[in-house]
Order: sequence, then C-alpha cells, then structure tokens
Amino acid sequence: MAFLETLINGISLGSIYAVIALGYTLVYGIAKMLNFAHGDVIMVGGYAVFTAMVTWNWSPWLAMLFAIVVCTLLGITIEKVAYKPLRKASSLSVLITAIGVSYFLQNMALLIFKEKPKVFTSVVNIPKISLFDGKVVIKGETTAAIITSVVIVVALSIFINHTQKGRAMLAVSEDKDAAQLMGINVNSTISLTFAIGSGLAAVAGMLLCSSYPTLTNTTGAMPGIKAFVAAVFGGIGSIPGAMIGGILIGVIEILGRAYISPQLADAIVFAVLILVLMIKPTGILGKKINEKV
Amino acid sequence: MAMLEIKDLCVNYGVIKALKGITFEVNEGEVIALIGANGAGKTTTLHTITGLLNARSGSIVLDGKDITKTPAHKIVKMGIAHVPEGRRIFQNLTVLDNIRLGAFTRKDKDGIAQDVEKVYKLFPRLEERKNQVAGTLSGGEQQMLAMGRALMSKPRIVVMDEPSMGLSPILVSEIFDIIQSIRQQGTTVLLVEQNAKKALSIADRAYVLETGKIVLSGKASDLINDESVKKAYLGE
Repeated sequence: MAFLETLINGISLGSIYAVIALGYTLVYGIAKMLNFAHGDVIMVGGYAVFTAMVTWNWSPWLAMLFAIVVCTLLGITIEKVAYKPLRKASSLSVLITAIGVSYFLQNMALLIFKEKPKVFTSVVNIPKISLFDGKVVIKGETTAAIITSVVIVVALSIFINHTQKGRAMLAVSEDKDAAQLMGINVNSTISLTFAIGSGLAAVAGMLLCSSYPTLTNTTGAMPGIKAFVAAVFGGIGSIPGAMIGGILIGVIEILGRAYISPQLADAIVFAVLILVLMIKPTGILGKKINEKV
Repeated sequence: MAMLEIKDLCVNYGVIKALKGITFEVNEGEVIALIGANGAGKTTTLHTITGLLNARSGSIVLDGKDITKTPAHKIVKMGIAHVPEGRRIFQNLTVLDNIRLGAFTRKDKDGIAQDVEKVYKLFPRLEERKNQVAGTLSGGEQQMLAMGRALMSKPRIVVMDEPSMGLSPILVSEIFDIIQSIRQQGTTVLLVEQNAKKALSIADRAYVLETGKIVLSGKASDLINDESVKKAYLGE
C-alpha cells in the first residue's frame, strides 16, 4: 500500500514535470532552440502567486490568473529581447544567451525577494482522498497536479491539430521558409509558442510550490533541468512524448528516493538521461531528426 | 503596364553577387520561362520576388505597387504563390493538411472547400491519398502536392522552381501538361527550369540568365531555334 501511495506521488510530481517539459518541447519544436531560462519562469510564476496571495491578499484564483499573465508576458519579452535578434545566429550563441537569461532572472528575483526562502501557501483547495480504509492517502495537491496536466495535454493537442494557429505552429516547426510561403508569420508564431510555454510554466510553478512549499530564487532550476530530461526522454518536439517522459521521470525520482536512496534520486534521473541518449538518442516518441546543416 | 515588373534587381549572398541588376517583366496570362545553368541566379530571383531573400537594390513591382520590401508571409495575399525547389511540402502532415495550409490566408470556408475539389480534379492522385502522410508520397506526387498547395491561395501569379527536377520523363510531361492547364484557367506562370527544351515549348516568352545577368530574351518560339541557346541549353 505504501508502494501505491509512493507511485501516485511519483505520477503527481511527474505531471508537473510534464507541464514544464511541454514548454521545452514546444519551443524546441518551433524555434529549434533549448530555452534554458524556462525553469526560471516557473520560479517567477511562484513569486507572482506568492506576492498576489500573501502580500496583496488576493484570492487563489485571481493570483493564479495574475501569475499566468505575468509569465506569458515575460516569455514573450524574453523571446523579443534576447532570442529574436539571434534568429540567424549559431545555436551555441542562442544556448549561451538562454543560460544568461536564466541567471538574470534568478538574480533579479534575489534582488527583489531577498535570499530568505518564502513559505508558499497552497493554491489547491481539493480535499484529500482516502483509499483502502485510510491506508492510502492522496493529497489534494497530488490530485490537482495530475488532473491539471491531463487537461493541459488534451487542450494543447486539440489547439495544435484543429486550429489555424496550431497548424501554423506545425508548419513552422517543419519548414520555416515553406510556412512563410503559405502566408504564415513565423515571428508571431514563435512569439505565440513562447507565450504558451511560459503560461504553462506559471501553472507548473503553482503546482510545484503547492506540493513543495519553499520558494527561493533557484526553485525553478532543478525542476527545469529534470523537465528537460523528461522532454529528451520522451522525444524532444513531441507533445505526448513530453507527457510520458515527465511522468516516467517523476515516478523514477520518487521511487528512487523511497526505495534506493534519497541522496541518489537526482543522480538516478540523470543516469536515465544518459542511458536514453545512448540507446535511443531521439527519445521514446522522437522522430528521426533531419537537421539541415 | 506589366503585371509584375523586376527592375535592376541586385541580390548579394554576403560578398557574392548573385544577381547583378536584372530587369524583366511578366504580363497577365503569360507563361514566362527563366532558363540558365546552375548558379545563374534563377532560384535567387524567385526567392527575392516572394520575399524569402532581400534585394540589395532595384525594385519588384506588382500591379504598380512596390513589393520589394514586403515580407514573404504578406506576398501570398497579394496574389503570388511560390512552388519552391525541392517541393518543400510538410512531410509530417497529411496531404489534405498540406492542401489546406495553402489556403492559410483565406477565410472563405466554402470557397476553400470548392478549391480543394478543384485541386483534386487537377490531381486525382492527391484525392486518393488525401489522408496519407505527405512524406510517404512519391516524388511526382509530392510535386503535384506542392503545386496544388500553391493554387489553394488563389494566386494570380504562380512562380515555380524546377518543377520537373528528379522526375521520370512521363511525369515530366504530365507536370508540364498541368502547368498548361493552370495557365488556361487564367493564372500567370513564372517558370524556372533546367529542362530548357520543355520550358521553352510551353512558354510565351523567356529570359536566359547567366551568372546573375540576363543575357538573352525573346519569344520562346524564337529562342528555341536560336543557335547559341541550342548549343548551351538544349544540348543540340
């Protein structure tokens, strides 16, 4: 029974990773870059909710909405200011810039919110579920994370496959020039992708801080990297891949922590990444990559 | 006034001069062929017209309106569709999705549905394979898809870049028949081809490009009998 509870906790953490991984995978698929500042947008989302709820006394719903707006605008701004001028630069320059943006966000947060960790108040208001006469207890936060990520994946899939803007994203991800010849504005499509990815990061930030309620300026860094592992694990560029990769990484981490060693849990996650890259470099659902040189 | 006027167009790739001031025009209803060897600047010309490349100097005028600096995604709506070299279809999407993307700038749902049927009539094989992933089509079918996709924007001018490249002789003839029927439906065609003989046989007029310059122009029926053209491009 303890195993079942651990497994469900793993799925829940994995769902949060999945939501973050979706942002990585969308941006990679369309802008062909790894946005290493993505994890720090999660942290900004956390602080936005914290500020709205604790400092300004807003209701959780309003605070969540505020965080999504803040992160969406932040994502669009980061893309415009930092990445757009590098559209034709080498991928190494873009990568270094992304790391720079990451440190910038972390240090801005340090400047504004100081180094003392903030204690986050959960935004989730779902009662816990008791199963098997209370032998298995599922917290509201756990349920919320799982439900939210499922809803997000379904909504995102519908958006991408059945709307005009979504089709534009698919076209841009395959061939930017051909997409332009169809009349698709590549810049605004990339901007939209960053907006969606960053909005999702805000949601992930709330879920993460509700489950693990200490908030510092580096809160987003580790989950960001693990979600990146999840995205690669599932096949970077693939939406269902991000979902599967996220959940698997969450489960591996929590089971590793419970049954192998709490200290080694993170190492196990990264060992999985190395193994995947050795056996199937394109990830579980990854397509063969035809990168043009 | 010509429908499309290219004046003194210069394009550079870094320090390399790809186009050194070319001037030509396309009138409504014509089929114009641009012929020339590899690297003469044919593809560069088409890419600059549809906005994928920027001109260094010179102008491109469509219906009296300067479109030299108009970005690629706005050109389609102005009436120029581009069938790119190497087809450039969306390999992971279905045939029907590709065709629909061609109508991206249009909002008239009924009109789009009617035009999908028109494309199917012109290319019956695309209808048979409409739910297939485009990457699984044969080269000839991919070329048909690229042409059908371009027609979905209801262009007044279609620019086509090497539509016969890599196709078997039977398919080449089929593609050229289709180009003629596109023209008969009232669409102007600007055609870039290495297969000069075929291109000259369906074109009204033609321009010969050599290392970024137009060296010869005239009626296609005259050029096809021109000694220098015969020697250099027709292999006779």
